[in-house]
Amino acid sequence: MNKIAIKVEGISKAYRIGISSINKDATVISKIKTLLNKPVQNFKRVKGLSNISEKNIEDNDVYMALSNVSFELNEGEVLGIIGKNGAGKSTLLKILSRIVQPTSGRIEMFGRVASLLEVGTGFNPDLTGNENIYLNGTILGLTKKEIDARYDSIVEFSGIQQFIETPVKRYSSGMKVRLAFAVAAHLDPEILVIDEVLAVGDAEFQQKCISKMQDVANKEGRTVLFVSHDMAAVKKLCTRAILLQKGQLIKDGLPEEVIDYYYKNTTTAHASDLNVLNRNNRVFGDGRFSVEAYEILDSKGNVVQSVECGDNITIRLFYKTTTDPYNPIVVLRIKNNIDQVLFTCLSRNSYGGVMKLKTQGYIDCCIPKLPLLAGVYSIDTSLKYQSEVTDEILSGIRLQVERGDFFGTGKMNEDFVNGIVINHHWNVH
Amino acid sequence: MKSEPHIIIESSKSRRTNLKEFFKYKDLLYYMVLRDVTVMYKQSVLGFAWAFVTPVVSMVIFSVIFGVLASVPHEGIPYPIFSYAALIPWTYFSNSLAASSASLIGNAAIFTKVYFPRIIIPLTPTLSKLVDFAISFILLIAMMFYYHYYPTAKLLLLVPLILLLIFTSIGLGTFLSSLALQFRDVRFAIGFLLPLLMYAAPVVFPASLIQEKYGHTAYIIYGLYPLAGIIEGFRAAIITSKAIPWELIGMSCIGTSVLFLAGLKTFGALEDKFADVA
Repeated sequence: MNKIAIKVEGISKAYRIGISSINKDATVISKIKTLLNKPVQNFKRVKGLSNISEKNIEDNDVYMALSNVSFELNEGEVLGIIGKNGAGKSTLLKILSRIVQPTSGRIEMFGRVASLLEVGTGFNPDLTGNENIYLNGTILGLTKKEIDARYDSIVEFSGIQQFIETPVKRYSSGMKVRLAFAVAAHLDPEILVIDEVLAVGDAEFQQKCISKMQDVANKEGRTVLFVSHDMAAVKKLCTRAILLQKGQLIKDGLPEEVIDYYYKNTTTAHASDLNVLNRNNRVFGDGRFSVEAYEILDSKGNVVQSVECGDNITIRLFYKTTTDPYNPIVVLRIKNNIDQVLFTCLSRNSYGGVMKLKTQGYIDCCIPKLPLLAGVYSIDTSLKYQSEVTDEILSGIRLQVERGDFFGTGKMNEDFVNGIVINHHWNVH
Repeated sequence: MKSEPHIIIESSKSRRTNLKEFFKYKDLLYYMVLRDVTVMYKQSVLGFAWAFVTPVVSMVIFSVIFGVLASVPHEGIPYPIFSYAALIPWTYFSNSLAASSASLIGNAAIFTKVYFPRIIIPLTPTLSKLVDFAISFILLIAMMFYYHYYPTAKLLLLVPLILLLIFTSIGLGTFLSSLALQFRDVRFAIGFLLPLLMYAAPVVFPASLIQEKYGHTAYIIYGLYPLAGIIEGFRAAIITSKAIPWELIGMSCIGTSVLFLAGLKTFGALEDKFADVA
C-alpha cells in the first residue's frame, strides 16, 4: 500500500504584519497633510493585506509563516506535525484544508479531505443539539443523507441523549465539546487534518477520542495529519513526524527520532543565552518597577550557568524602581521547552510580610530541592504594583537543568526530560 | 471503491466556486437558512409578526406624508395599497442586502476554520429573508380585497418579478459582502446607501412621474435600476387597472443580469483571500 495521498511541493505562505510608520510632523501644515493623506494611506494598507505575490515578497513587513515546505505522505500514514508556537504548523494545516491559499507552491491530494481545526465550528447556541448536529455536519462537508445514516451513532458517541432537544446554550462546555467531537468523529474522510482538538474534555472523553483516532488510522487505513504539543500523543498515534521551525521543515522521520531531535535542538539553541536577560521579550514595561538582570545561584551561593535537578537554587532578580512601590507582587512562571507553564512562584502567596523596595536592589526567589527534570526551561517574569502590571517579560530567563540525584537513590533515569518531578517515597510492608 | 476526488492547491489557481461543488454543499445552504429562520425571532414577543411591522409602519408614514400632506401623484390608486405593493419587494431587498453585506464579517469564525464554498454565506440571508417576504403578502391579499382589486391572471407576473428581485439581491449582496470583509467602510456606507436606493426606486412615487418630467428616454434608462421595473411590475400585477410596464421590466432584466454577474465575478476574484483579510 504505497499509494501517495498527499504531495506537498515547495509551499510558502507570506503574511503582512502591521509595521507602523513613525510620522514626525513638526509643523501644523505637515500634520494636516498627513491627516488628509490618511484615507489614502489606509486604503493602501488595507489593500496590501491581500496583495502579496512572489513579486513583493521582499517587502520588509512581509512575514514568512511557511517557506518552501515539501513532503509526501502515503495512504494510511499518520503524520504528527510538531514545533514551537509560531513555527507554522497551523498555517500548514489551513493551507491543506483549503482555507487559505499558499503564496507559492503546489499541493496535490487524493481523496476526500476533512479538517478539524476547531471543535464545534458553527455551533449556534440557540439551536438544539439535534439541529446543531446537522448544521455542524454539513459545514464539515457531510450531506443530509450521510448525517441521517450516522445520526444514532453520533448521539450515542456523544453520550448526551437526554439533552438532544435542548438548546446548546444550556449545555455545559463539556457537553458541547462531546457533541461536537461526536460529529467530527463520524466524518469518515480519506484524509483527516486535525489541530490539537484532543486538548479538550475530561480524561475519560479524551481517552475515547484517542482510541477513535487510533481506529481511524490503524484499522480503516486513513491518512491523518495531526498537529500537537502533546509528544506522548504523537508518539502513540503517529507513524511519522515532521518538525517545523520558523516556517521551515527541519526534520522528517520516525516520531521518536523527530521528538528527540526537537528536545535536543531546543536545548542547544539557547545555551549561549544563559544568564542574559532577554529584553526583546519584554511585552510591557512602564519603568516604575522593572527587572534589569538576573542570576541563578546554587546552594552555596555561587552564580552558575546550570543547576542540577534536586539542587536548592536561587533565582536572583535585579530590580529598579522609579516610584515607591509599596507591597508589590512578583510572579515567576516556569515553563517547559514548549511553552507550557509547569508551575508559578507568586510572592503574594509565598512572601509572608509586606515587600518594601529600594530604588534598586535584588529579590531572591529560593526554590529548595528543584523539582525539574533535565532540560532547558524558560521563565516569565511579571511585576505588579497595586494590581497593575508594571513590567512583563516572556521567557526572559533561561534555566538549564542537568540530571541530578533528586531522590538520593543514586538513580535518575535520563529518559525523563523536560518535566516536573515530585518528591515521594515508598513503604513496603 | 468510489472514485476519489483529486484536489490541487496552487497559489495562482483561483478556486472559483464551481456549480458542481456548490451542489455538493446544497444541504449546508439549507441548514444555514434553517438556522437563520429558526433563530431570527427566538426570544421575541411578536415573533414573525415583525415581518409586518416594518412595511406597515412605512406604509402609514408614507400614506400620511406623501399621500396626504405632499400629495405625490399616485395614478389614482389608493395610496396605502400603492405604497404597500412597493414596500413588500423593497423591504425584502433592503433586509437581505443589509444582512448579506454583513454576512462574511459575521461568519468569519466559521470560514476561517473550515472549507466550503464561501458563496453560501451571502446567499443564506437572501434566502432566509424570503420567509418574511412571504408573510408580508398576507396583508397585501387582505388589502386587495378591501380595495376591491381582485386577483387576475396578471398575478402570475409576480413569479418572474420575484426571481428578478432575488437575483438583484444576490448580485449586490455578494458584491458588497466581499468588499465589506476587507474594507469595513462598507458597513458604514450601507447606512446611507439603503435610504438613497429607496428614494431612487419608485416606492413613494410612480415611475410614470419620471416620464412626465424628463421624457421617455429618461424613463427607459431609469429601468436599468432593477428595482424600478420590479416595483412597477409588482403594482401592475396587483392593481387591476394598471397596465404592465413591459419596457421598464425589460430594462430591469438587463440591469439585474449585469449586477448578478458583476457580483459573482467580484466575489470570485476576492474569495481566495477571504481568510487572509478576515
